[in-house]
Amino acid sequence: MSEVAIHHPGSEAFEPSLFGTYSKKIGMWLFLLSDTLTFGALLFAYSYGRISNPDWPTPFHKESIANATLMTGCLLSSSLTMVLAVLAAKRRDRSWTRNWLLVTMLFGTAFILLHGMEWSKLIEEGMTPFKNPWAASVPQFGGTFYTLTGMHMLHVTIGVIYLGVVALRKKFLPILFLLWLLGWLAIPASSVFHVGIHVLLLALIVAAIVLFLKPKDYDAHDVEVSGLYWHFVDLVWMFIFPLVYLMSTRI
Amino acid sequence: MHTIQEEGKAQYFWVWGGLLLLTAIEVVLAYEQVFPPIHMLEILMILSVIKSALIIGWFMHLKHEIVAMKWTMMISVIICLCLMCVFFADAFRITHLGVR
Repeated sequence: MSEVAIHHPGSEAFEPSLFGTYSKKIGMWLFLLSDTLTFGALLFAYSYGRISNPDWPTPFHKESIANATLMTGCLLSSSLTMVLAVLAAKRRDRSWTRNWLLVTMLFGTAFILLHGMEWSKLIEEGMTPFKNPWAASVPQFGGTFYTLTGMHMLHVTIGVIYLGVVALRKKFLPILFLLWLLGWLAIPASSVFHVGIHVLLLALIVAAIVLFLKPKDYDAHDVEVSGLYWHFVDLVWMFIFPLVYLMSTRI
Repeated sequence: MHTIQEEGKAQYFWVWGGLLLLTAIEVVLAYEQVFPPIHMLEILMILSVIKSALIIGWFMHLKHEIVAMKWTMMISVIICLCLMCVFFADAFRITHLGVR
C-alpha cells in the first residue's frame, strides 16, 4: 500500500490525530488496555480462588520468594534500560539505542530463565494444571497459577523478540533460529519447555514475514512504542508478584 | 508535550530506586507476615497500585501526554477492572457461608 496520503481536491484541512500524538502509539495503548483486561480477568480468577478457599496451598518458601524477588529486580531494571534506550533513540544515538535494547533483552531473558527454573521445580514437586501435592481439595491452584504466569511468560518472550527485531532487524533472525534450535536440542523431551520452545520458531516465522515484506529502519517512535509494550509486561508482574507469590508464602 | 529529553535521566533512576524500595517493603511484609491474609492483600495491592502509577506515569511517559489521553485511557480501564470486583462478593460468601 502506498505510504503517500491521498489528497482530495478541496479538502485542505485534515482531522488532527487522536490525542495529538502519532497513531502507532495510540494503537499500542489501545492494545495494552485490552490486554490489561485479559490479565485483569486472570488475576481476578486467581484472587477469587485464593479468597474462597481457606485451604489454598502456600508452596512458596524462602527460595521461591528470593527467586521471585530477583525476577522482579530483573524486570524493574529492564524497564530502566528500556527508558534509556528510548532517550538514546530520541537523541538519534543509534549505537546506544541498540546497546540499551540489548541490555533490556538480557534482563528479560534472565527473567524467563529464572521463571522456567521455578516452573520446573514446581513440576518436579508434582504440581500440574489439574492437581497439586499440597491441597487435594483445591485442584484449581495449578490451573490458575500456570495460566496466569504462563501467559505473562509468553508476553515477556514476545517482548524480548520484539525488542530484538527493533534493535537488530534482519540480523536477529539467525540468532532467533539458533536459540530455537539449541533450546529444542538441549531441553529434555520430558520437559514442558521442549514443546514451549517452539514459540521461538513461530515468532521467527512471523518476524521473517514482517522484516522481508515491510523492511524499514526503525526510528525513535518505533523504539518508544516497543518500550510501551515492555513496560506493560513489567507492570503486570507488579501485581502477579504480590498476589501469587507473596500471598502464598510458607516461611 | 514531549519534554522527556530535557528533564534528564536522573528522574528515571529515582523512580527505579523507588520501585525497588517498594518491592523490598512488600517482601519484608510477606516474610514477617504481620497482617492476616485479607489485610495483607489490601496493603500489597495499595503498594502495587503505587508502583504501577510510577511505571505508567514515568516509564510509559503518560504524564507527558495531553490531559484527554490520560483521563480517557485510565478511567476506562479502571472502570472495567472495578466491574470485575463484583465476583469477590461471591468469594467471601463461599468463605463465610459455605457452598450452597
